[in-house]
Amino acid sequence: MRKAIERHDVVVVGGGPAGLAAAIAAREAGADDVLVLERDSQLGGILNQCIHNGFGLHTFKEELTGPEYAARYVDRADELGVARRLGTMVVDISAGRVVTTVSAAEGVTRIAAGAVVLAMGCRERPRGALATPGHRPAGIYSAGTAQRLVNMEGQLPGREVVILGSGDIGLIMARRMTLEGAHVACVAEIMPYSGGLKRNIVQCLDDYGIPLLLSHTVVDIEGRRRVEAVTIAEVDEGLRPIAGTEVRHPCDTLMLSVGLLPENELSRSAGVELSAVTRGPVVDQDLQTSVPGIFACGNVLHVHDLVDFVSQEAAVAGLQAARYARGPQTPDDSRGIPVVAAEGVRYTVPSHVDPDRMGDSLTVRFRVDNEYRDRHVSVYLDDRRVQHRRRRIMAPGEMEQVVLRRPDLLAHEGLSRITVKLEEA
Amino acid sequence: MARETRELICISCPMGCPLTVTLEGGVVTSVTGNTCPRGDAYGRKEVTDPTRIVTSSVPVDGSPTERMVSVKTASDIPKDRIFDVMRALVGVRAAAPVGIGDVIVPDVAGTGVDMVATRRA
Repeated sequence: MRKAIERHDVVVVGGGPAGLAAAIAAREAGADDVLVLERDSQLGGILNQCIHNGFGLHTFKEELTGPEYAARYVDRADELGVARRLGTMVVDISAGRVVTTVSAAEGVTRIAAGAVVLAMGCRERPRGALATPGHRPAGIYSAGTAQRLVNMEGQLPGREVVILGSGDIGLIMARRMTLEGAHVACVAEIMPYSGGLKRNIVQCLDDYGIPLLLSHTVVDIEGRRRVEAVTIAEVDEGLRPIAGTEVRHPCDTLMLSVGLLPENELSRSAGVELSAVTRGPVVDQDLQTSVPGIFACGNVLHVHDLVDFVSQEAAVAGLQAARYARGPQTPDDSRGIPVVAAEGVRYTVPSHVDPDRMGDSLTVRFRVDNEYRDRHVSVYLDDRRVQHRRRRIMAPGEMEQVVLRRPDLLAHEGLSRITVKLEEA
Repeated sequence: MARETRELICISCPMGCPLTVTLEGGVVTSVTGNTCPRGDAYGRKEVTDPTRIVTSSVPVDGSPTERMVSVKTASDIPKDRIFDVMRALVGVRAAAPVGIGDVIVPDVAGTGVDMVATRRA
């Protein structure tokens, strides 16, 4: 027999940092009935395994570890009476905001949501996506899997380690494995710049004398049952291995930190339009997706470096979801003014803005497409430049932002395009 | 007086500001490139007395949910004592219930700093 459909004002899909901050903001904005759906057995998401410090400086003005940062939000959610269902997997979201879940406790359940917040996060790009030659032995881990094994399960995945990719989790794990007594031979990065934060290169690699080999990649993996060695070669500008540069590293473990992919299967099932650049939903100033009443935040929207910014962003999505759930919205035909990512800027979030509906100011986050020194970040309203800010260093691994001011947008007659780009001085 | 400049990346927070620290005769005379007071303090300290927070995790007994409990030094310790702290954690087990901030190892490795829990178990 099919169970009766449940109703909740705001349903948040995912109980990690984004979902928690969105749920809290929705409650604080007056939504009475906020439900978080989490497939793991506890709230907090990936923060639970990120035991290193450096979280919360923007939000709490102190330096917390991941579990401590998560606990602050779990405690706040508890105080506010945010409902949660753990061990519960969302298997479908319809464009009409019916959320289908499955759990061991309750079987299949259907929930009608006044508004939905997508906060599913991201997952690691796996080996299969890399087309790395060689055998398929044991001993190849994504960095996040290794992080969970070491920090939460108490298992050391290997003793002699090579890391491919310089994403933040790989850098963090280079240090973590070293502290636990393993030897990390090197971190190889195919691009000429690191994908991780500069601070992580300093305190995870430089502090321990671990070499970062830029423009290098793995060209062979040896070993039948277990990894026995990997071969690393330099690559040319076309990212092709250069013959004669191969160096063989005997090792028992290869860790991959080669990118994070927003997890948008559910967004697709709801018919949400996705960006080809971020692989996350296209959103407006309210972080509302192309489907009315469905909002997105955190790493499912675009991959972040800092959880503090995830929390800030998610609070916007939660607030707007609460507003949407409260009352019938006037249908809005226009999607606002496009925010165009031009020279040097890969994308912006949001990608369109309605000045009539935005707050006094709006943070637009973006990433650059290469390493830049001494460039200016410029904002144009049509052809008029309204911001021009010098940055000493910018890199693809570090998210940037500009703040748009509502009075500027309203003062510009007939505004049709907002452009964010990099310029020489 | 010998004038020396050192280029550093501030690690006080994930912003990673590029700092230029100027020393004259081993004394810091200026820090530039920082965007907050923490950067100034980091630049001065990093060239004279570098320190780090050490984080790890240790097994926990008697917890209904957790196998491991994460820990950190309650404040930063000298950078050259990091491995002493890690050695001092070998064989350490926590006993549930554990609260955030509970002392797991007092005065770890004689640093004068406690190793405290960073999660509940």
